[in-house]
Amino acid sequence: MTNTLHRYGKAAGFEDDYILFAIPCKGKNDEEAVKRLKEFLEICARHHPVNMGNSTSGAYRPSQELHPTIHWSRNTKADYNGVIAAVEKIGTVAAVFSTRKKAEECLADLIEADLGLSINMSTSVEGAHRAAENCGIHRHSVEYSLGFLDPHDHLPNSQVLELSTMCGHGMVSFNLARKMLDMVREGRRTTDQAVATLARFCPCGVYNPERAKRLLEESRKRQA
Amino acid sequence: MGAIYVDSSVNRAKINLDECVECGACSRMSNETLNPHLVRSVRSLAKIFRFRFEPEPDVCPTSAFVIDDLPYPRIVRRIFSDPLIEHTSTGIKGRGTEEVKTNDVAHRVSVGEVGYVIEFGRPGVGVRFHHIQTMTMALAKLGVHFEGKNPITHLMVDRSRGTLKEDLLHEKILSAIVELKTTTEEVPAILETVEKVSKTIDTVVALGVSTRCDQTGNDPVLAPLLDDLGYDSERAKTNLGLGRVTNTRNGEGNISDEHSASVR
Ligand code: SF4
Repeated sequence: MTNTLHRYGKAAGFEDDYILFAIPCKGKNDEEAVKRLKEFLEICARHHPVNMGNSTSGAYRPSQELHPTIHWSRNTKADYNGVIAAVEKIGTVAAVFSTRKKAEECLADLIEADLGLSINMSTSVEGAHRAAENCGIHRHSVEYSLGFLDPHDHLPNSQVLELSTMCGHGMVSFNLARKMLDMVREGRRTTDQAVATLARFCPCGVYNPERAKRLLEESRKRQA
Repeated sequence: MGAIYVDSSVNRAKINLDECVECGACSRMSNETLNPHLVRSVRSLAKIFRFRFEPEPDVCPTSAFVIDDLPYPRIVRRIFSDPLIEHTSTGIKGRGTEEVKTNDVAHRVSVGEVGYVIEFGRPGVGVRFHHIQTMTMALAKLGVHFEGKNPITHLMVDRSRGTLKEDLLHEKILSAIVELKTTTEEVPAILETVEKVSKTIDTVVALGVSTRCDQTGNDPVLAPLLDDLGYDSERAKTNLGLGRVTNTRNGEGNISDEHSASVR
């Protein structure tokens, strides 16, 4: 599944959304790839990502057997070390950045590290093109999102879509996104609490809490 | 999917199994292990006084969700819907493929070629296999070549007609991708067919098209063509060309999409 390609929004709305991910190709560069996947994440962690993931868990994770006091004292912080430590199998690893500058600085270090893995950037067409140019490399291939065909009007409004499509696997449901929009608008949750809740459902760690925060803030102001 | 609802006749939450796509999101949420009788009593009391405790939205108080062992064909729902499932015993080879993500190493899509990633059911709507078959049959009539290393292609009984296994046709899944590759000249006909058929199937379709850039990192062919056809391609996944062959043991020609962890 193309889990980062079809984020809903216009190019300008991806100014705070740059995803770098690494993927090995079986039979070509997958020998000892786990070590290099960890190295990829370690490099990314140095450049202040807003989320990171290893295909089975992100930096925001659900917890089991919580104590009832959790309803008043929930942790809303990201855990990057846990993501790195949990890389055990060959798969895709990813990091999300909220500025092109940070993504470019990280990319420059990744070029230097020469991991041999395929590295992709998912953002606006222009954003990735410029990042590649600024780092002195040429794009190899591009996969364009042509958006959604919805002739039967199944899809919800743009605010819900922007929030829910940040988990491309569809684990952030429309109903959950709607609920978080309402809770923030009504002052029942802070934006930090709401985005941590949304991000916990994304097991690949590609949900962008920083962008979600901006979208929630904007929607609150739009209501005012 | 909206599969979970409260059945007011028994005052219990239930799952509509026909709508549930077995994605597992409910079972992975955080949980407490409170006594269900206690939780129900508190809720009943609150209901009487018309107030509602507002707990964390992603915590199940009683750890109520249990993942079932699923027989075939229902297991196929999980394979296509749960991003964390491993599926080595099912005979279905993966739910996703590498597309152009490893094109710098695998060379799947070359200059002058266009790859298509036609995804059904996403975002958030779901799809039944008979809807996918309607599209694959229409595309097969154009003589397209379906990508061999793709899970939907694996479920085809006749690739030349685009027909899928009959016992799966009514199963509902969260999403699935049909992949194909054509020359640049064929792009308008393919996109027109996809648009036309999408009007006849009761789901949503997410469309992605890919190509190889030239030596200077530009795309002088597909991007202008999409522009001419009226498509707004704001977002893309860009392969930055940093991959290379590093294996010392395995030879060429051993490319596969069957990673031990699924390709995402
Ligand atoms: S498995 Fe997925 S579709 Fe089924 S009830 Fe749980 S969250 Fe809903």
